[in-house]
Amino acid sequence: MIDQIDLSMVDWARAQFALTAIYHWLFVPLTLGLSFLVAIMETIYVRTGNPEWKKITKFWMILFGINFAIGVATGIILEFEFGTNWSNYSWFVGDIFGAPLAIEGIMAFFLESTFIAIMFFGWNKVSKGFHLAASWLTAIGANLSALWILVANAWMQYPTGMVFNPDTARNEMANFWDVLLSPMAVNKFLHTISNGYVIASIFMIGISAWFLLHKRHVLTAKRSILVAAVFGLITSIFLAFTGDGSAYTIAQKQPMKLAAMEGLYDGKAGAGLVAFGILNPDKKPGDKKDPFILKIGVPRLLAILGYRNANAYVPGVNDIVNGGYTPWFENIPEEEKEMAYSVAQKIDKGKEAISALRDYKTASRAGNSTLARISRKKLEANFHYFGYGYLNEPGSVVPNVPLTFYSFHLMVFLGVYFILLFIVVLYFLNRGTLEHRRWLLWLSLWTIPVVYLASQAGWVVAEVGRQPWVIQDLLPTVAAVSMIDSASVKITFWIFAGLFTALLIADVMILVRQIKIGPKDGGQS
Amino acid sequence: MFETMSLLTLQHYWWCIISLLAAVLVFLLFVQGGQTLIYTLGKSEQEHTMIVNSLGRKWEFTFTTLVTFGGAFFASFPLFYSTSFGGAYWVWMIILLAFVIQAVAYEFRSKPNNFLGKRTFEIFLFINGALGTILIGAAVSTFFTGSEFSVDKLNLTDLTSPVISRWEGPARGLEAVLNWRNVDLGLAVFFLARVLGILYILNSVDQEAIARRGHKQLWVNAIPFLVFFLAYVISLLLSKGFAVDPATGKVFIEPFKYWHNLTGMPVVAILFLVGVLMVGFGILRPLMNFRSCRTRGIWFAGTGTILSVFSLFLLAGFNHTAYYPSTYDLQSSLTIQNSSSSHYTLTVMSYVSLLVPFVLAYIIYAWWSINRKKITEEEMNEEGGHTY
Ligand code: HDD
Ligand code: HEM
Ligand code: HEM
Repeated sequence: MIDQIDLSMVDWARAQFALTAIYHWLFVPLTLGLSFLVAIMETIYVRTGNPEWKKITKFWMILFGINFAIGVATGIILEFEFGTNWSNYSWFVGDIFGAPLAIEGIMAFFLESTFIAIMFFGWNKVSKGFHLAASWLTAIGANLSALWILVANAWMQYPTGMVFNPDTARNEMANFWDVLLSPMAVNKFLHTISNGYVIASIFMIGISAWFLLHKRHVLTAKRSILVAAVFGLITSIFLAFTGDGSAYTIAQKQPMKLAAMEGLYDGKAGAGLVAFGILNPDKKPGDKKDPFILKIGVPRLLAILGYRNANAYVPGVNDIVNGGYTPWFENIPEEEKEMAYSVAQKIDKGKEAISALRDYKTASRAGNSTLARISRKKLEANFHYFGYGYLNEPGSVVPNVPLTFYSFHLMVFLGVYFILLFIVVLYFLNRGTLEHRRWLLWLSLWTIPVVYLASQAGWVVAEVGRQPWVIQDLLPTVAAVSMIDSASVKITFWIFAGLFTALLIADVMILVRQIKIGPKDGGQS
Repeated sequence: MFETMSLLTLQHYWWCIISLLAAVLVFLLFVQGGQTLIYTLGKSEQEHTMIVNSLGRKWEFTFTTLVTFGGAFFASFPLFYSTSFGGAYWVWMIILLAFVIQAVAYEFRSKPNNFLGKRTFEIFLFINGALGTILIGAAVSTFFTGSEFSVDKLNLTDLTSPVISRWEGPARGLEAVLNWRNVDLGLAVFFLARVLGILYILNSVDQEAIARRGHKQLWVNAIPFLVFFLAYVISLLLSKGFAVDPATGKVFIEPFKYWHNLTGMPVVAILFLVGVLMVGFGILRPLMNFRSCRTRGIWFAGTGTILSVFSLFLLAGFNHTAYYPSTYDLQSSLTIQNSSSSHYTLTVMSYVSLLVPFVLAYIIYAWWSINRKKITEEEMNEEGGHTY
């Protein structure tokens, strides 16, 4: 049929994956956070017995349910897209990657979907205590599902705990705990779920602010703001800490992504952090132009954040492409400890690994065991560079720098802003004058879209910043795809785009109406 | 405990789990079947609400089972995942789309200001019920009838197109519906889902008019189900099949392969027969003695469905059979040996599978605590009495 991979197909497959992931991520973080906030509120209700709290709980639960449904709808597509769009990937690393997805289903999704039914249908059918337990179990289920999928994603950023088996031509899991407890996975999980908590807090504060602005449901609004602002303040500080942890693991494991995040083309010892910058749009890797039109930096901070050492050498984009520096980061094979290879060298080694695999397989099929043994040795010696063999020119290892840079800085800037917002809201709430600070109420309301922007920006850093790799150093995106004609992918792309957008509009319209109806015994009209 | 098992044992164990998930999934398709009957069984707004709410309590189970089925298949037999999903692209995409629109339909249907209108969401439910069941049935049938694909690991070293699994038919899986046997199984699943849907609604909704119509519809759907199902079973037992030589791993065509599998594995044969009889009994009892037996049919027919689908999957994969045969290149066919995960991964996953009984236990408990009380008109009229 088709005997060459169609490059436009790769782009469409990427676009389709990005589209579905972005839509999924519009709904998932709210599920993660709101499930806990609702459980906390219900706990207060059960402890105090105050029906006012039950009303509040029920109101937020309705919003939770609307949002949840569409998160589920977008998730199923993502799961199967690994097969439909990335079939080669699914074989090459399925032995490791499939496990978290399966565990997610067994351990998390069932927990969530079973107890969510109790949450919604059980009010008059089960005891108060059982209902409360169901709400907590739903929240735990949602967060467990985040754990497993993020373990999977972290493994793609930093593959570990596996060995390549040339007989099956795939990577096989060698240590489950390495996969689960890799520093990348732990950090990613913590950072991402706390992101969900911050989103939910701001969502709750923003909507409550709207109630206050219209002088409706004042008690519900204030109580919700109190719970959400305390929860939000704690989790947003934690978010910043884990964000620092993310940057640290990136410096150790994905130095190119770090260079792109910081717009760092030429590395140096004790590199500084860019606090604010405007990139020169004409800058290309390798040229002599100044990467920045405007830059406000903090000396040495990048070295400190990335390596916990003020004198550490932080390689830039050009250094990584050209090699020839002494790396400080961990994720590097023994042979490069003294002097990093250039990408051109890595490509050669990668091609050698791939042809060794071919020799090995043909020799084994023909029963030539000597040649098979030699080829296998050669494959093992070069395997670290396997993925590079699919690349053709060294420049292709550089991701989209402006996109990564601006997304990263936007996220960090907003992260600081959210912390301040929670503090200010709590301050005025405590003084009892929050209702009169209309500017703050409006600001809180308008922060809702902004927090989603920050969150998506985070994923852009993570995913765009690792291009061209689907699996760091092991499999580039072009080698991960399925053999499909781009027309099919294009059609499904537009179907998804249309359908998801329609559902998003429906979702927002329903949410807005439910908010306008407000917490009058459940909010159902 | 699992570490010491042989790879072959683990592969069989995991094929059992996949088969069990598939079996439970087919049983839970009663939600889909019910969705195609909302207007047939309910004639008033009130009755629609009752039916939708009784199905709506369960749709998540079906959905999650489908997702878990996919995840477990990925983890245990990744070559199937990459070959089938990446190859039979359109079949799976349409199935997925049918489930996407379902996921929001319940929640959004009766909410005010829902943009697309109540009717649209009800149409979504119908599409999901019809397409979901028929296409899943047809896709499963290709486990016996085969598809056109090739698998070659050596492709990985081809730098211009390193794709291992390739689909060789231009219709991207849609060609499956050109084979009457695939369509037959699809329709059998469709009517079975409707029968189960009726039995479930009879069990969970307490309303005379709905029950009366359910009784009539039970006849209307049980007969085509029986016809399509028997036709499929007979053609399966008479057809040639895809056998594997255990010594060399070579795949070859064997006449009456699935008949031989059935006679070669008496336990499976018994499970299958018991399953079919239970489905029959579950349908017949309420048909014969409607007044007193109408609520229990779902338990017999449901258990029977699980047993029969489970044993059909075992027929497809056990006893040296290729469960995902390629008619394009016999040797590309997938068997539980050549498509599975490594010993290590299967071991890890087997430990995880120990959670399944707990999962089942809390699902059953939750199910019981919600369905203890039947849905009645009074409940629907209560303040906050219905969710969807
Ligand atoms: C409201 C959302 C939000 C906010 C305010 C922040 N983050 Fe974040 N960030 C995310 C939401 C997010 C995320 C969506 O959760 C990401 C995407 C991938 C991931 O692991 O988490 C992420 C990724 C991400 C990455 C890339 C991780 C990777 O590639 O694996 C880094 C380095 C940071 N973050 C660092 C920070 C720092 C230093 C912050 C300072 C406060 C910060 N983030 C605030
Ligand atoms: C490509 C990556 C992803 C895939 C394949 C995926 C898959 C899925 C699937 C199949 C569902 C529906 C589950 C159901 O049947 O109930 C779902 C829902 C959900 N996902 Fe994702 N997901 C991805 C990314 C994420 C991320 C990054 C997170 C969180 C950090 C996340 C958290 C959730 C949550 C909380 C839900 C809510 C619904 C539920 O759990 O049932 N997902 N996802
Ligand atoms: C839910 C939040 C997520 C968002 C918003 C997101 C965003 C993106 C974006 C924007 C791309 C396109 C990058 C590009 O092609 O330049 C992408 C690609 C990809 N992401 Fe994610 N991602 C998310 C979660 C995940 C998770 C949890 C996984 C894995 C478990 C994952 C795996 C992938 C894969 C396989 C690709 C395709 C290959 C590629 O283009 O790199 N993503 N994602």
